[in-house]
Amino acid sequence: MNRTTQRWIVGGIAIVISFVVFLVPFVFILLQAVKTAPDAGQLSFRWPQEWVFWDNLTTVLSTDDGLMGRAFWNSAVLTVGSVTIMVVLAAMVGYVLQRRPSRLNGVVSFFVLAGLIVPPAVVPTIWVLQKTHLFKSMSGMILIEATFGLSFCILLFRAFVATIPRDLDEAAVLDGAGPIRLFFSVVLPLLRPVVVTVIVVQSVTVFNDFAGPLYFLPGSDNATVQQTLYSFQSRTLSQYNLLFTDILLTTIPPLVLYVFFNRQIVAGMTSGAVKG
Amino acid sequence: MSTQARSRSLMRGFYPSWFLAPAVILYVIFFAVPTLVSFYFSLTRWTLFDHEFIGLDNFVEFFQDPQLLKGFTNTVIYAFVTSAAKIVLGMSLGLLLTSSLIGRGYLRAVVFFPVLVSTIGIGLTFKSLLDPFHGIVNGALGAVGLPQPGWLTDPNLALLSVAAIDVWKGVGIATLIYIAGIVAIPEEYFEAARVDGASAWRIFWSITLPLSRPATTTVVILSLIGGLRSFDLIWATTGGGPGYSSDVIGSVIYKQYQAGFYGLSTAGNVVLFLVVTAFVLPVFAVLNRKQVDL
Amino acid sequence: MRGVRSTLRACGFGVTIAVAGAALAACGSSDDSGAGGKTEISYLVVAREGSKAGAQAEIDAFEKANPDIIVKLDTFPEGADGDNLVKTKLSTGEMDEVFNYNAGALFRALQPDNQLTDLSGEAWAADLPDSYKKVVSTDKGMYGAPLGQSSGGGVLYNRKVYDQLKLSVPTTWSEFIANGQKIKAAEPDITPVLQAYGDAWTAQVPVLADFANVTKQDPAWAQGWTAGQKKFGQSPALTAFTHLEQLGKSGLVNKDYASMTNIQALKALADGKGAQYPMISDQLPTIAQDSPDAVDDIGFFALPADDAANTTATIWQPGGLYIPRSAEGDKLEAAKKFVAFVSSSEQGCQIQSDTGVAIGAFVSPVCKQPSDVSQAVKDVQKYLDDGQVAPALEFLSEVKGPNLDKITVQVGSGITSGAQGAKQYDDDARKQAQQLGLSGW
Repeated sequence: MNRTTQRWIVGGIAIVISFVVFLVPFVFILLQAVKTAPDAGQLSFRWPQEWVFWDNLTTVLSTDDGLMGRAFWNSAVLTVGSVTIMVVLAAMVGYVLQRRPSRLNGVVSFFVLAGLIVPPAVVPTIWVLQKTHLFKSMSGMILIEATFGLSFCILLFRAFVATIPRDLDEAAVLDGAGPIRLFFSVVLPLLRPVVVTVIVVQSVTVFNDFAGPLYFLPGSDNATVQQTLYSFQSRTLSQYNLLFTDILLTTIPPLVLYVFFNRQIVAGMTSGAVKG
Repeated sequence: MSTQARSRSLMRGFYPSWFLAPAVILYVIFFAVPTLVSFYFSLTRWTLFDHEFIGLDNFVEFFQDPQLLKGFTNTVIYAFVTSAAKIVLGMSLGLLLTSSLIGRGYLRAVVFFPVLVSTIGIGLTFKSLLDPFHGIVNGALGAVGLPQPGWLTDPNLALLSVAAIDVWKGVGIATLIYIAGIVAIPEEYFEAARVDGASAWRIFWSITLPLSRPATTTVVILSLIGGLRSFDLIWATTGGGPGYSSDVIGSVIYKQYQAGFYGLSTAGNVVLFLVVTAFVLPVFAVLNRKQVDL
Repeated sequence: MRGVRSTLRACGFGVTIAVAGAALAACGSSDDSGAGGKTEISYLVVAREGSKAGAQAEIDAFEKANPDIIVKLDTFPEGADGDNLVKTKLSTGEMDEVFNYNAGALFRALQPDNQLTDLSGEAWAADLPDSYKKVVSTDKGMYGAPLGQSSGGGVLYNRKVYDQLKLSVPTTWSEFIANGQKIKAAEPDITPVLQAYGDAWTAQVPVLADFANVTKQDPAWAQGWTAGQKKFGQSPALTAFTHLEQLGKSGLVNKDYASMTNIQALKALADGKGAQYPMISDQLPTIAQDSPDAVDDIGFFALPADDAANTTATIWQPGGLYIPRSAEGDKLEAAKKFVAFVSSSEQGCQIQSDTGVAIGAFVSPVCKQPSDVSQAVKDVQKYLDDGQVAPALEFLSEVKGPNLDKITVQVGSGITSGAQGAKQYDDDARKQAQQLGLSGW
């Protein structure tokens, strides 16, 4: 069996499986979003009785004076700001931890793991934010999200810095690089696949965070997209058609960005071949 | 070896400690301080408005919860099943999606799609797909004459069904990390192996598997911690039910929090922290000891 | 607990928007705040389409009448996060100047005496019915203005099915079961009694809605319960659990009870595929949305007790508008104005009728239900007019175990007996009472 046939057969099988496993739920979400409220409320996998996607879309977009648009902007600012900070800071930590093992490493590892394990304490965090005058401000929220994401990023960077040969560091130092240039111009670029991975994963986490902005960034002007979902589900009256339209709206833009970033990881594949 | 060691110690100055400082400052102010404060509240009866010191009563109360043992067993099962599945599937998909095959871009996108869908949406979607009488899954099973279980309503199945949904939702992250890990392996290793005429299996076993260890380490730790702490998906699908059959420690704590037992739920979090640490630290130590240094 | 709490909330945040033409104390806003000499306050309501639309309409009307005040609408999510957000905002001094929240037990959990502004001196307060004042008051003050309608807990039933089979509304539990058996015998395709444990909170309704029957037999039961003396494990409260067990074993329940959701059950009821559904009348908006043609086919009766003399409808009170202590000066005056405007005026009742679906009876004496309300609402009103009503337990006592939904699912599914379930719930409540620091537990 030559490589081309293999690529078609394996790819074909994978695509067929993906239809069943991933596209069926996706189609369900899509169908819910084009139905009327009574139809969607039955949660059945059936063809819509009536197609009202356009109505649903305009209703969701016009809810609360176009809250959706503002929410997208807020989510974007929050995500970009916090992910930038956490990636840079965590890469620096992961790099030093891996390159310069010391007795303190165990302690640091413990705190990194603790950051992953312990859920944030809401009320004491608000006190800290009030004391630092950052409560209800986007910059405070950015710092909070960056902090909550640090542990994950440090873990990943620390693991992956190991794949970059130390000889490169030494060569760069011989070329006269200082610590800052060594890290930012030599090591960080080589970490590109990991950096992209971290950016993708943490962007999703921040973008999907509901509780954080709810407590630390209250006020309808500051709403993020996850908060808009709660308008359409309640104990007394739910509009699942609008809920699923909202879900589609909040899912598709990140998916498109993901496809774009994914290319960057593939680009990393070729650069991987050059290095070393 | 000794020259290498010497050069390494010379290099130390190029990995300055102050690189840690900004992260440490953020961590201490926005995480460590609030967390320590909240640990104090685990020793109090706390209404958010005021608190009363009651020593270890909350811990005693927490351990007396009749559902705790069940919740503990469920937590371990859930964490083990989801972690194992995410590692195996994540690595397989990572290999598949870094190899050359048709539709690769589509496949990468579609595997990642569930990661982006909010938990509320996933809960409703699977409640519908897995509905024992009207759901499409049992419809398909019935059509080919297979039994049609109550995926989310049978006390013996509910936990595993939610675990499966969890894997469905989370495998995209594991896959992504594996893709990064496999991509980070220098191409020369594979070329050299192919020149030596090594089989695909052998290449996997001797090169890909050991050299993607950073990815494995990360996926193991993350999915283990995630699995031990998890409750939001359980909450959105079964609410811990039917009865208490799919309750985990996380959902027991959440219920207490929901009921306004803030001191008690904080005590629960302290216990959960200790449990998770007890599981994760040894695993972490083992995985790191064998870390490969290129 | 989720269910119980949301139950409260649901009735609370409904619907009412009132505009007080009456009794607005002239309070000139002076110095400090706002853009261009205007006072700005914010108004927090639950993030639900219906209540937001209603709240926005109130704000528009209020701003028109009070050009020197700006009101911003702010929202919080329904459920546990919402409850905690409200407490968090209060305890950190960040609460909006006016907020809408449940009455009864959840209101008491806010520590009103320390956190809220006493409104007993307001002009509208004197006209409030005592039944409502009680659920927004402590010994030291009255803190809430009613917003919305009370609703009835009992059984929603399909009148077409009843007419077709010539059934009459049951007044005893055995008549209720007998009706079910007649339906089953005559129309095998119609489910006699719907149960929908796909939404676990619905399983509590048969227990919660039986409470008026308990009060009828022992008027002081709720106080005894709070004091740790009365238990669900003993008669008369035990009956609710044993009835639920009987219902589960009766063969009268739909076979997909474990997975059916509340919305599906309401649809089945409206379509005549189910005949009866133990529920609270605050679910009528869902029927109005999903089955608009069937609204008048739905009727309501009280959950029957063993003895017809005890059969009484259980009433849920709507939530209130509250002002936190953190509102001061001009903002406090503006907030009081807004509360009066919204809670007790004819204009507001009109806006409310236009933007909401009737679920029961208005609390504010200024507000009147229009004459063309649905049949179920008329049925609830009949119980109120006859005085055959008593409040739900959560308006009389703050003791409320968090696991009632799970316990009732197990009883209704036949996993545990009614007696065991009642015992489990007593233990569950003990734990909560201890967390509240109540004595006697």
